Amino acid sequence: MSDLLTPVLSANWGTERSWTLDGYRSTGGYTAIEKALKLTPDEVTTLVKDAGLRGRGGAGFPTGMKWSFVPKDNPNPKYLVVNADESEPGTCKDMPLLLASPHTLVEGMIIASYAIGCHTAFVYIRGEVLHVHRRMQAAVAEAYAAGLLGKNILGSGYDLDIIVHAGAGAYICGEETALLDSLEGRRGQPRLRPPFPAVAGLYASPTVINNVESISSVPAVVANGAAWFSSMGTEKSKGMTLYSLSGHVRRPGQFEAPLGVTLRQLLDLSGGIRTGHQLKFWTPGGSSTPILTGEHLDVPLDYEGMAGVGSMLGTKALQIFDETTSVVRTTLRWVEFYKHESCGKCTPCREGNWWLVQILKRFEAGEAADGDVEKLLDVADNIGGKSFCALADGAVACVTSAVRHFRSEFEAGYHTPAWELFPYGRSALFAVADKSGAHA
Amino acid sequence: MSGHEFQSFFPDSGEVDMSDPSTSIDESTIAELRALAARYPQPRSALLPMLHLVQSVDGRVSPAGIEICAEILGITPAQVSGVATFYTMYRRRPGGKHHVGVCTTALCAVMGGDALLDQVSHKLGIGPDETTPDGKFSLERIECNAACDFAPVMTVNWEFMDNMTPQKAEKLLDDLAADREVTSTRGATITSWREAERVLAGYSDGRADEGPSAGEASLLGKQLADANGWSAPKGEQA
Repeated sequence: MSDLLTPVLSANWGTERSWTLDGYRSTGGYTAIEKALKLTPDEVTTLVKDAGLRGRGGAGFPTGMKWSFVPKDNPNPKYLVVNADESEPGTCKDMPLLLASPHTLVEGMIIASYAIGCHTAFVYIRGEVLHVHRRMQAAVAEAYAAGLLGKNILGSGYDLDIIVHAGAGAYICGEETALLDSLEGRRGQPRLRPPFPAVAGLYASPTVINNVESISSVPAVVANGAAWFSSMGTEKSKGMTLYSLSGHVRRPGQFEAPLGVTLRQLLDLSGGIRTGHQLKFWTPGGSSTPILTGEHLDVPLDYEGMAGVGSMLGTKALQIFDETTSVVRTTLRWVEFYKHESCGKCTPCREGNWWLVQILKRFEAGEAADGDVEKLLDVADNIGGKSFCALADGAVACVTSAVRHFRSEFEAGYHTPAWELFPYGRSALFAVADKSGAHA
Repeated sequence: MSGHEFQSFFPDSGEVDMSDPSTSIDESTIAELRALAARYPQPRSALLPMLHLVQSVDGRVSPAGIEICAEILGITPAQVSGVATFYTMYRRRPGGKHHVGVCTTALCAVMGGDALLDQVSHKLGIGPDETTPDGKFSLERIECNAACDFAPVMTVNWEFMDNMTPQKAEKLLDDLAADREVTSTRGATITSWREAERVLAGYSDGRADEGPSAGEASLLGKQLADANGWSAPKGEQA
């Protein structure tokens, strides 16, 4: 039985100059790469498979299996692309990791690239995080200077280049095929699959796309072994992971724990809901994962546990809202996000989210017409599952789950504005007007 | 009038402003743009960083910048414009020295971000996507910036300004207006939007070592683990 918290990725975040090569080495950094380069690439892939590491970016696909899908007989170069476009509302784990310990990702990228036979790897970082770019650029430069990147890494005969790439403000580029189009210098719009990126990804060549946290977990897996990793977590959700608590909790922050910890346990650690208030609703992994309530405090926060209650583990971005919060207002704001971020490729998503915003504004203003709840669900039904990528499904998930758990609050929008039912000033951390930010 | 005529919901054209042909792009900028294109297996991959560099020089995606990028990459100006108008970080018109962002996605909005936006907007006398007449500030209501455990969040030139309050916002704007030194809570000394864009293009400003390794919220779990004697199991190597 593991301890309640198991810092591995976050273990060195507070150490002296943790972002530098010397700082990283002082806490055992770059020892896994020596071990990995003595194994065959297939042995590294098998190790990651045996560990049971699953994608930490939301979908939970087994990382080692993803690597093994890269066809060996394809004559094109192979590519590794790390998705550091962290933009899902509520998600805030990869950016602190890259600020505090960019070398963890660099080491993971070297090992992963070696495993899949790649010699050019990319890290695609959202543009709006300047200091993360500085730290990552500096880490890659240091790694080149130390012979950890470039030709003949550590005398192994293996070559690798890493390119740090800046996005330019588009949530959709976190979707892996949109990210590839963006990295090719195009508008970031998703591609039809198949072919899957493992076969025809960047430049129509075999490409592995992994989340920052997934790749950053690889050095620890290699250093400590598959059995060590899978000794943490639950039967199908192995290992440790970063849980991010935000919102109406006394102490928000990052908590690295074995998969399967519960929100009740994490809330205890963060001092509970802010004084004098109670939990109303929460997201398990960003706004695209259906919201849950106080009923779900003891459900394991792993892939199966969240699927079992009709939600998803997602990015483990636990956004906590207390009883002062209007579900209608929050849903409207999330859908405005999806409307703004829809890439425009698929009509249901581009137009549908626009209409959802119009209807939700009526609910917020207390001016919804009888039957608007049904209309909302009907429009949502015409968006979800009817577009190329998961952005549309995520947009719909927050609407349908909000109506499922809080239908009466939407029905109150037939006659009463949300800011009268839930004066907005009560939700804020400082004194603000009760109608602040209302669309009226 | 049938009452069903097309009505655009966008007050301004989304196109790049072609009416002002001025540019500060010179031979050294062109050399840097070419160097970016040469970093990638296929040159077009450099387009996003190249447009960041164009902005850092011209203060916006300029018509000349579009032409030059197209020429270097062997694509059409329309293809470059198509990319420049897709991404929100590219400016089609000149902006202020400092770019101020206020997060109003759901969680930050609820925690006070909406009020901060009102306050900043009122103090600067401009709305979102506008620039002050003195050219000092541009304002944007930004979407989730991956700092939710520090909500409500603001940014200046894409540096984190964590755990904002009305008082902190007031002081921040006063200090920037008076050119006093301002430091990001998890970043470096604030420079300018243009200098930030140059870093995003891939040209270092040597400030990576400024600022802390992590914010308080980022370290909370590790500190609790230490206080309680919790850790990951020992591995094979131990």
